[in-house]
Amino acid sequence: MTQEAAALLSVRGVSVRFGGVVALDDVTFDVQPGQIAGLIGPNGAGKTTLFNCLSRLYTPSSGEILFEGTSVLATPRHKIAALGIGRTFQNVALFDRLTVLENVMVGRHSRTVASFAATALRLPTATREFRAARDRAEDLIDFMDLRNVAHWPAGGLPFPIRKRVELARALAAEPKLLLLDEPAAGLNHDEVHTLEGQIRRVRDVQGVTVLLVEHHMSLVMSVSDKVVTINFGRKIAEGTPAEVRRNPEVIRAYLGAEAA
Amino acid sequence: MAAIGSMTASANGWAMKRGFGPVAILFWILLALLPMLELVTDDPSFDYYMFMGQSMLIYAIAVLGLNLLIGFNGQISLGHSAFFALGAYTAAIMMTFAGWPFWATLPIAAAVCFGAGFLFGFPALKLEGHYLALATFTLAIAVPQLLKYKPIAPWTGGVGGVLLEKPEPPEWLGLSVDQYLYYLCLIVAMLMFWLVFNLLRSRSGLAMMAIRDHTMAAGTMGVDTSMYKTVTFGISAAITGVAGSLSAITIAYVAPDSFTLQLAISFLVGLVVGGLASLPGCLIGGAFIVLVQNSAQSISDWMKTSFALRYDVPAWAIYGVLLLLLMYVMPTGVMGGITVLRHKIAGRRSTRVNAPSPTVVRPGKTAGETTPAA
Repeated sequence: MTQEAAALLSVRGVSVRFGGVVALDDVTFDVQPGQIAGLIGPNGAGKTTLFNCLSRLYTPSSGEILFEGTSVLATPRHKIAALGIGRTFQNVALFDRLTVLENVMVGRHSRTVASFAATALRLPTATREFRAARDRAEDLIDFMDLRNVAHWPAGGLPFPIRKRVELARALAAEPKLLLLDEPAAGLNHDEVHTLEGQIRRVRDVQGVTVLLVEHHMSLVMSVSDKVVTINFGRKIAEGTPAEVRRNPEVIRAYLGAEAA
Repeated sequence: MAAIGSMTASANGWAMKRGFGPVAILFWILLALLPMLELVTDDPSFDYYMFMGQSMLIYAIAVLGLNLLIGFNGQISLGHSAFFALGAYTAAIMMTFAGWPFWATLPIAAAVCFGAGFLFGFPALKLEGHYLALATFTLAIAVPQLLKYKPIAPWTGGVGGVLLEKPEPPEWLGLSVDQYLYYLCLIVAMLMFWLVFNLLRSRSGLAMMAIRDHTMAAGTMGVDTSMYKTVTFGISAAITGVAGSLSAITIAYVAPDSFTLQLAISFLVGLVVGGLASLPGCLIGGAFIVLVQNSAQSISDWMKTSFALRYDVPAWAIYGVLLLLLMYVMPTGVMGGITVLRHKIAGRRSTRVNAPSPTVVRPGKTAGETTPAA
């Protein structure tokens, strides 16, 4: 119970229905600060649906989501970033006509305040804030090894680079919790290895808690402190990677082929 | 809408622009020197050229307003003639009935049009692409008739409109009326371009462009997308409204039938011809609206006389051919064409990076938002 009080993210009995389809059914789990938590399940299990509830793209039909004790569901979508929840998207949602650096700077939006009037009149406060945002974005460009594409429009870049841009953009908001939706999809073996290092560094260096949806089992199992498994919208297992790997229901539902 | 949006060729690197480039500054200085040509020419129609210059600047401002909305924020409007009209009538009514000096009507027109645009931005939130185009289209078709509406005719002058007096330049300036008004338009244009330029290379502009490229992702980054879209609609309407009041001041006359759907479409034509999401493109668009309509007529006259034709060649058909030719040669507008050309000349310098040219964006929307366009 003491664990519960300290949880950074607390998902409580969340259910989502689309018409007659139950996408999530009474899902409950916690993520502790500093954890890397994996969320796995077969295709269509409801993983992305859960992410979309966390970033307020969907509203659950019942349940509650608490982030540091604040109700996420009572927070409008555009205030989620300021709350401290950042995310990436399964199929990468970049601003294609903005440069990589500009994309990352948009990530600073929730940490800056300059108004329309202040920016239109180029007031010193707005200019200073803008410069600070750019410096911060430049740091992240280096952190994610994007220096030589910094001034390229994001739209034409190869997929693996786009994924790194998206991660840098999410980090620009200084999230406490980072939701990564299949970051390894479409990456080759070496790139997955690099990604694993980046996820660890994000947690260890920047102190960001990570919740990871991923199909790449070896990545999830090696990087996660704990793994939550859902199938057909229901949580079927929760525990350390080793525990989940041994769980018969998980093996039946999901790992069967791979575990054999 | 997606098709229009993807024509942008020069929207990149906005946030990194440090200031007006030397070319832009030189260009504005040249515009400021134009009236001085009077000293070296004895062309009797010089004042008429000055008047054309005013019109070009006014249209450039109107196109600038529309560009902020379409080119930079991804919302479409076929109804900006309505805000142009609102600005024009605000100026006319204030000068006629309240006796305000012409310059004082500009900020009021901006405020009135901002309010109108902001309010219209709310229903616009629910609509996208073609549906928003239709909704704004209703503004364009309703406004000329509304202005003729009997109960408000005492202020709007009904069908006949309102006749104004042209402002007199102060004697010590030593300028003709048309030179004076040209400078008025130029100063207002410079102010508007400066404001928009600042907006774009800032937190606000990044948020506006982020909404254009991927609304949902912008929201996830903390952008209040509804607020930004309505305020952008308001600012866009305000800028176009200022253009409208300048037109009332320089023409010294407002009438309902000057603000038809065709005006809204010419803004759109100017915008696309100049280049979406390009500020210099707005000036080119403004010039295009004035010059090409005029030259279509001249070409028609020239063809009739030089080929000894019996009937007039329809000027609008010539206009259409000119427009088609231009769009064929420069499908991303004049500024887009210039950018493409510049990069061809500069060659592929950054061969290290496995990416297409930095200026040409492939058609179709972002992956995530819609299925990738073929």
